[in-house]
Amino acid sequence: MRASDLLRPAPEGLYCPPGDFFIDPVRPVARALITHGHSDHARPGHGAVLASRQTLDIMALRCGEDFAGTTEAARLGETLRIGGVAVTFYPAGHVLGSAQIAVEHGGTRIVASGDYKRRADPTCVSFEPIGCDVFITEATFGLPVFRHPPDGIEIGKLVKSVGQFPERAHLVGAYALGKAQRVIRLIRDAGVDGTIYIHGALARLCDYYRSQGIELGDLEPATVEAGARRDFAGAIVVGPPSAFADRWSRRFPDPLSCFASGWMRIRQRARQGGVELPLIISDHSDWDELTATILETGAPEVWVTHGREEALVRWCELQGIAARPLNLVGYEDEGD
Amino acid sequence: MQRFAELLDRLVLTPSRNGKLKLLVDHFGSVEDPDRGLALAAITGDLAITAVKPAMLRALVAERVDPVLFNYSYDYVGDLAETVSLVWPAPEPASGRPGPTLAEVVRRLQSASRSDGPHVLAGLLDSAGTNARYAIIKLVTGGLRVGVSARLAKQALADLGQQDVASIEELWHGLAPPYEGLFAWLEGRADRPRRTAFALFRPVMLSNALEESDLAKLDPADYAAEWKWDGIRVQAVSEGGVRRLYSRTGDDISRAFPDLVEAMDFSGALDGELLVGDPSVATGTFSDLQQRLNRKSVSPKVARAYPAFMRCYDLLQRGEEDLRGLPFTERRNALEAFVAGLDPSRFDLSPLAAFEDWQALDQMRMNPPHPVIEGVMLKRLDSTYVAGRPKGPWFKWKRDPHTVDAVLMYAQRGHGKRSSFYSDYTFGVWAGPEGEEELVPVGKAYFGFTDEELRQIDKYVRDNTVERFGPVRSVRADKSEGLVLEVAFEGLNRSTRHKSGVAMRFPRISRLRWDKPPSEADRLETLQALLD
Repeated sequence: MRASDLLRPAPEGLYCPPGDFFIDPVRPVARALITHGHSDHARPGHGAVLASRQTLDIMALRCGEDFAGTTEAARLGETLRIGGVAVTFYPAGHVLGSAQIAVEHGGTRIVASGDYKRRADPTCVSFEPIGCDVFITEATFGLPVFRHPPDGIEIGKLVKSVGQFPERAHLVGAYALGKAQRVIRLIRDAGVDGTIYIHGALARLCDYYRSQGIELGDLEPATVEAGARRDFAGAIVVGPPSAFADRWSRRFPDPLSCFASGWMRIRQRARQGGVELPLIISDHSDWDELTATILETGAPEVWVTHGREEALVRWCELQGIAARPLNLVGYEDEGD
Repeated sequence: MQRFAELLDRLVLTPSRNGKLKLLVDHFGSVEDPDRGLALAAITGDLAITAVKPAMLRALVAERVDPVLFNYSYDYVGDLAETVSLVWPAPEPASGRPGPTLAEVVRRLQSASRSDGPHVLAGLLDSAGTNARYAIIKLVTGGLRVGVSARLAKQALADLGQQDVASIEELWHGLAPPYEGLFAWLEGRADRPRRTAFALFRPVMLSNALEESDLAKLDPADYAAEWKWDGIRVQAVSEGGVRRLYSRTGDDISRAFPDLVEAMDFSGALDGELLVGDPSVATGTFSDLQQRLNRKSVSPKVARAYPAFMRCYDLLQRGEEDLRGLPFTERRNALEAFVAGLDPSRFDLSPLAAFEDWQALDQMRMNPPHPVIEGVMLKRLDSTYVAGRPKGPWFKWKRDPHTVDAVLMYAQRGHGKRSSFYSDYTFGVWAGPEGEEELVPVGKAYFGFTDEELRQIDKYVRDNTVERFGPVRSVRADKSEGLVLEVAFEGLNRSTRHKSGVAMRFPRISRLRWDKPPSEADRLETLQALLD
C-alpha cells in the first residue's frame, strides 16, 4: 500500500484512513492516538483515546478526569489492531510516557516520532530507533546551529552561579511537564541536596513523577509571607518561564533568571528574554541527533513536521533520502 | 579557552555592574597566568591579532557546510560569528580532554602569517568546542562587546587585590599583556610594578554635585569658581618625547586627535576640556564635538572642519615636577604661566569667574555667558589634586536641566532586579499639523523615578497595553488617554537616526504628571527651538 494512503495530513492532524484514527489531533475527533502529554499534542474532547498509561495519567491531571469519552492504555512494544492496521507504541525519550507510534498495513510501516530526544534522561525511557518505510520526524531544532551541549555542563553552570551569587535567588524557567522534573533530577545528580522551591504550576506533575519512582528530593512551594525575601537568598526556584516575567517573581531577592531550553543556544534569544543564565537543556533532538536518527531508522522516505522543516528536507536531499514537509499546523513546542 | 568563553557568555547577559564585577574578580582570581592576563587584554582591547581577517571566516565555512543550510542558519541566528561557531562541523572535545588554552589560541593566531592564517584559524576552530569557537571568532574579529569597559575591568583588578582603582589606572599604560607582574602584586606575591614608561595617565580628580543644602556650610571666600564647559574631560601628557591624550577613564584617544597631539610640544601633564573650534573666535557645541568622538582615527577634512583644542583646568606635572600635592591656587598660577607658552589655537585657559556670594554665583550659573557652558565648578583654594571623587574640595553646580512634557509610548521590561518591571520608557511629543497631530518618539529613559513610582508606572503599563512585541509593550497614548512624563535632559543634538530629528542627552524621568491630559504635552517645535 502507498504510504500516503496509510497516513496523511488532514486539518485535524495526521489521519489513518484504513484504521480511521488520528495521531495527536489538534481538534476533537472520534478516535485519537496520543504520543505524549504536552498540550499541543494532547488535547481534551476526543471520543476515544489510546496512549501510554503515563500519558493518560498526565492528560487526566492537566485536562481533568473526563478529558475523553473512553481511554485505553497502550503498552510499549505491544502491537494492537485498529481496523486492519497494526499499531505499536515505542518509547520516544521526550518526557515521561512519551511514545513513537508505528502503524503498519499492507506491508508498509510508518513511524510517527512525535517529539523525541536521544540523550539519556533519568526521568523517562530512552528512544528506540524503529526500522520503517517512512519516518515522520519532528524538526523543532531542525537547523545545524542547534547542537545541545551535555546536560552536565549546563547544570554545572547553574551550580557554579549559585556559589558565586549566594545572595540572589536563581529562578530556573522550565516547562511544567518534563523539563522541570528533568532539571530538578539533574540538579540532584550534580550533588545539590537542599530544598528546591517550585512554582505552584509544577506541584501536581512533580508529585506524579515521584509516584512513578522518579526521586526529586526535597521540594517546597515557593510561597512566602511578605518580608521573608531573604529566605530565598541562594535558593534554586523552578517554575514555568512565563512566571518569571510576572509580578510573582518579585518575592525573590535580586532574582537571577535562568531558562532551561534548547532555544538558549541562540544568544539573542536569551538576551531578548532577559535571561541572565541560559541553560541549553532540551527535550528535543538537536541537529546531529535528528540526522543520526533518520539514518538509523533506515527509512528510504522521511516526512518532516513541526519546526524548521526546510533545512531537514534539504539535508535528506543531500543524503539521497526522499523527504517532504508535512505542513501540519497547531504544534507550538510547548515542551521546550 | 573554555573558561574564557564562559566568562564572555556570562558577562554579555549580566546586566548589573556588581554582577559583572563578581564574574571578573572570580575569573582573575581562579584562572592561572598567562590565560587570565590575556583575557584581561582581550576585554580592555589591548590584544591585537592581525594576520587573521574576519572575511576569511565566510570562505572557511563555505568549504565545510552546504551553502543552503548555512543560509537557513544565518537567517535564523542573524550573527555571523555565532552562526559559524554553531554550524562548524567538528565534534565537541571529549570531556577530560579540554580544547586549547587561551594562551595557545593567542600564540597561534599572533604567530600566524598572512598566508597560513586561514589554516591556523580552521585548525583552532576544529579543536575547540562550540562556545570556545565563538570566543575565538570574537578574538579574531575584534570587539568582544560584552558590556565591560576597560575601567570596569580595572575596578575588578582593584577588588581582587584590595587596591584603589586609581593606583591601577596610574600603572596601566606602562603594563603589557599578560600582566603577570600586576597579578603578582595584586596577590601579594611581589612589589607594586614600577612606572617605567613615559606619558602615563594620572587618575583624574572628579567633583560632587552641589546640593542646595551644602551652600550654607561653605564660605565663598574659600572657593574659586570656574565655568563648566560642555565637552569631554581629557588629560594631555607629554614626557620624554611620548605624547598621549587620555579620556577621563584613562583610555588613550591620541589617534583620534592628531591635530591636538601635534601641538603638545611641552613637557608635563594638563587636565582640561576637549572642545572643537578656534578658542579665540568661537567654541563649537557638543554636537560639533561629536563629529570627532568615538572614532579610531580622523580624516583631514573633518579635522579641518572641527579642529580640536583643549581648554585647560589644571596642571598636574611640569617637567620633572609633580604638582598634584600643591594647593589649587599654586597649581593655577603655574597653569597660567604654562598655557601662555603653548599654541593659542590649540590650548587656552579656562577663565576663573569672580563672584561675591552664592547668590551672585547662582545668577551666573543660570545665565552663563556662553552656550557651551553647562554650569560652574567650585574648587577649594587649598585643595590638592587627588584621584577619585572626594567629598568637599570640588563641586559642580550645573545649570538647571531642560524639561519637556512627553507622553509614554512604549515600555520595555528591565533586567536583573527589574526583570519583572516595565522600567524602560520610550516617550514622544506631538508633531504634525493641527488636528492631525501624532506622537513621535523623542527619547528613552530608565531612571529618575522612585521605586514607588516604578510600581505605579508598571501597573499603568500592564493595565493599558495595546500591543506586545516580545519584551516591549505599546501603551495607550492618544489625545485623551495616556500618561504624561516630565522628562529632564541636559541637552539636545540633531539626529538623523531618529524620526523626530532630535536626540536627548542624559534624559531621565523627573516627574509623573498623572494630572496632565496627554493633549497638553509638548510639541516637537518646543524641542527644535532648543537646537540652536
